[in-house]
Amino acid sequence: MTDTSLSLDLAMEPTAGARMRKRLFGQKSLVLGSGLLLLIMLVALFAPLLATHDPYAQDLAHRTVPPFWYAKGSLEHILGTDNLGRDYFSRLLYGARISLLIGLSVMVISGIIGTTLGLLAGYFGGKADLLVTFLVTTRLAMPVMLVALAVVAMVGGSLPVIVLVLGFLKWDRFAVVMRSATQQARALDYVAAAEAVGASTPRIILGEILPNVLPQLIVVATLEAASAILLEASLSFLGLGVQPPLPSWGLMISEAKNYMFFSFWLIAIPGTMLALLVLAINLAGDGLRDIFAPEGR
Amino acid sequence: MSGALLQVEGLSVDIKTGAGTLHAVRDISFSVKRGETLCIVGESGCGKSMTSLAIMDLLPPAAKRSARQLLFAGEDLTRKTAGQLNTLRGNRMAMIFQEPMTALNPAYTIGDQLMEGYRRHKHASVAEARERAVFLLNKVGIAAAGDRLGQYPHQLSGGLRQRVMIAMALMCGPELVIADEPTTALDVTIQAQILRLLAELREELGIALILITHDLGVVARIADQVAVMYAGEIIEQGGAADIFRDPRHPYTRGLIDCIPLPGKTRPGEKLGIIPGVVPSLVGEIKGCTFRDRCSHAEMRCSAAAPARQVQNHSWRCILEDA
Amino acid sequence: MTVFILKRLGLAFLVALAVSAIAFFLLRMSGDVAIAIAGEGARDVDIEAARRLHGLDRPPIVQYAAWLIETLRGDFGQSIFFKTDVLSLVWAKMPVTLLLGIMSLGFALAVSIPLGVLAAVFANSWIDRLALSLAVVGQALPNFFFALILVMLFSIMLRWLPVSGSSTWSHYVMPMIALGYYVTPAFMRLVRAGMIEVLSSDYIRTARAKGLPARVVIFKHALRNAVMPVVALSAVQLGYLLGGSVVIETVFALDGLGFLAYQSITHKDFPVIQAVVMLLSVLYVLLTLLGDIANAWLNPRLRVS
Repeated sequence: MTDTSLSLDLAMEPTAGARMRKRLFGQKSLVLGSGLLLLIMLVALFAPLLATHDPYAQDLAHRTVPPFWYAKGSLEHILGTDNLGRDYFSRLLYGARISLLIGLSVMVISGIIGTTLGLLAGYFGGKADLLVTFLVTTRLAMPVMLVALAVVAMVGGSLPVIVLVLGFLKWDRFAVVMRSATQQARALDYVAAAEAVGASTPRIILGEILPNVLPQLIVVATLEAASAILLEASLSFLGLGVQPPLPSWGLMISEAKNYMFFSFWLIAIPGTMLALLVLAINLAGDGLRDIFAPEGR
Repeated sequence: MSGALLQVEGLSVDIKTGAGTLHAVRDISFSVKRGETLCIVGESGCGKSMTSLAIMDLLPPAAKRSARQLLFAGEDLTRKTAGQLNTLRGNRMAMIFQEPMTALNPAYTIGDQLMEGYRRHKHASVAEARERAVFLLNKVGIAAAGDRLGQYPHQLSGGLRQRVMIAMALMCGPELVIADEPTTALDVTIQAQILRLLAELREELGIALILITHDLGVVARIADQVAVMYAGEIIEQGGAADIFRDPRHPYTRGLIDCIPLPGKTRPGEKLGIIPGVVPSLVGEIKGCTFRDRCSHAEMRCSAAAPARQVQNHSWRCILEDA
Repeated sequence: MTVFILKRLGLAFLVALAVSAIAFFLLRMSGDVAIAIAGEGARDVDIEAARRLHGLDRPPIVQYAAWLIETLRGDFGQSIFFKTDVLSLVWAKMPVTLLLGIMSLGFALAVSIPLGVLAAVFANSWIDRLALSLAVVGQALPNFFFALILVMLFSIMLRWLPVSGSSTWSHYVMPMIALGYYVTPAFMRLVRAGMIEVLSSDYIRTARAKGLPARVVIFKHALRNAVMPVVALSAVQLGYLLGGSVVIETVFALDGLGFLAYQSITHKDFPVIQAVVMLLSVLYVLLTLLGDIANAWLNPRLRVS
């Protein structure tokens, strides 16, 4: 089963983009990323206060009004209105809530599953390791997008269903990274010392190993949150995720698809927000990793 | 110094490091004639490998070369474009590297790597290049040369690979061969074989050979001229006989005392050692670099060491005579 | 080597079996096949009749065993929505997706290898930073959004390429870019890192000492060694691309497996969904196996031992 290690490593190097972003943004990545992320979080939190309109209120007389910088736009609707005359700016603010909620909750669920599996495999080795490696290989072989689409479509798209499905599908990277990190941590002297002193196994795993693998866990967690946000957007874009009238950014793009010939901004605005959010999370994750695990440690 | 194939005047190599500029080679001058062997001797880190790479213009990107003159067969190498240099390198001047395990490309066969330079420089056909490769592999003492051509580097022992490296350097019939520690990684019997081989080839082909080594035993066997490097400078140079008979610089003497002499050194007898370590070459360097380790050191050694010369034998030391 | 391949084939079989079981039970848990067959809004009597007719009243494990045996015999059943044989349906769509996957991989390699080489040769120059920026932004851009940007640019503004369909090669251009760009950063990083490592190696110095021009040193001596890990990654990524083609095929209405899967999912066409998931999983497992073998074969050191 060790034969699979090559493919596993190749399939998911945890710091794939991390190193690139680090080279590009250097030490500024934490400030830049977390600043942007914080801003989006505040916007999501205070959406009811910031929104200029009810995000669900339709106004069929004022449909697809362009943003204010267009000649036909007005400051009444800063970012214009969608095909049902709903205020785009307000919908965008509420959409941030959905993306953040999905990212965070999928991260927690898949993080718990994957970290548990990884810790067990890395700590106990042997049969446990074989089993976890097999599970990961099997998980990797399943097309995530397709399985998620199918299950969400069958059960019916709603936020809890999407969170659960993605949470139960996306633990693989947590497991792989935690497994190798645990293997390394186990070899550390003081872990061996704790074993020699006769500390109980759960105590060693939670008290000695987990704190040691935390930096890697945080990096994977941010990457996975970003990836979950993108997946939800894709599901909703295909019409099989979050259901209308909820203002998911993916769904907003999907609804605007038919008007893209005339009103491309309907697609460009939520699309850019998605990209910005994902970039912000990735940058913040890189920055946090540098704090927890400075180079050369 | 007329008739020299390679004439180096005032060569320096500076390497940018995080701590500052490292003056790896400082203002050295030497020359070598056709059919002659010049040995550049020194401890590791004294700048001898940098010197050889500087001549070939193969320094790593962080290293900068400067020279008053770098004449090869009367032409100034410092004024050549990359393209012009490429017509010289591997063709009229060749280099043998010290890492037989890693200096060959693992992805290509021995034959391919032997032949590619020859085909390019001599515009030769595959058949001609192959013939030349087999001839040279035989010459460096590799049996079943034809079969070896199809093998990959990892299928060969270290000694064989070093021979392949030598054959590779000789493919185009170069006038100058620089061998950087060609025997360091090899065991003693193979070392002797390879040195003998290099000496023979020099005789036979009339090439100028620059041999870089830290091993004075090797120097004693093969050198015509010797340059002793210490901390980036040539501190003594001259004919091999003069250097061994009458070393003037305390460092050279120390080095010579370190050689076990067959028949002379009795078992259990103490060999000489030079205490201390080479000083850092980062930043500005003042005075004689050897003074911290020298038993003759005086106050005036902290000023620049004077250059002394008796006929062709030159050294840099306050001592006129021992 | 034979032992290695046999072991991996055994593993591949086990993984495929596990995937089939998971996919089967997951789908059965998520929806009711009988309702799907009888049709949305059918009467309870009809649903019960369909349940009995198709053996859906048996215990799930028995149904799975029956399905597995039929599948192994090459019988993937009948499509509920398309009313045809699933195997022939899937078989007909497969070439489109395979072509798209291979084209996307080719696109990713064609972009990432030159960029990676340039970024390595001119490390820390403006071109390195540009390549890096493209990769960082690319990784954050949702692929359907990127696809729509392409449509806007090439179909609507420039009118060079058709918006959707799959009848000519020009229909494949935008899907290829939209699908391929997402895996490009990973390749670029691998090539850059590999090239930087290789370029500082002793054998590159040897090659330069031979008087070979920079072009030959970089493309013959360095790239060959730097690109070896790319081969294994290519196989893994191709599997990933095939699995991920569902979004892109749907955006461009490209008539392949992904679009078929999307249609079957919206119509709750269980047999087709199962067949596509199975097929893509088996392909992924086989491709990773192929990648490892190719890697071993390309590396002379491994080939001999």
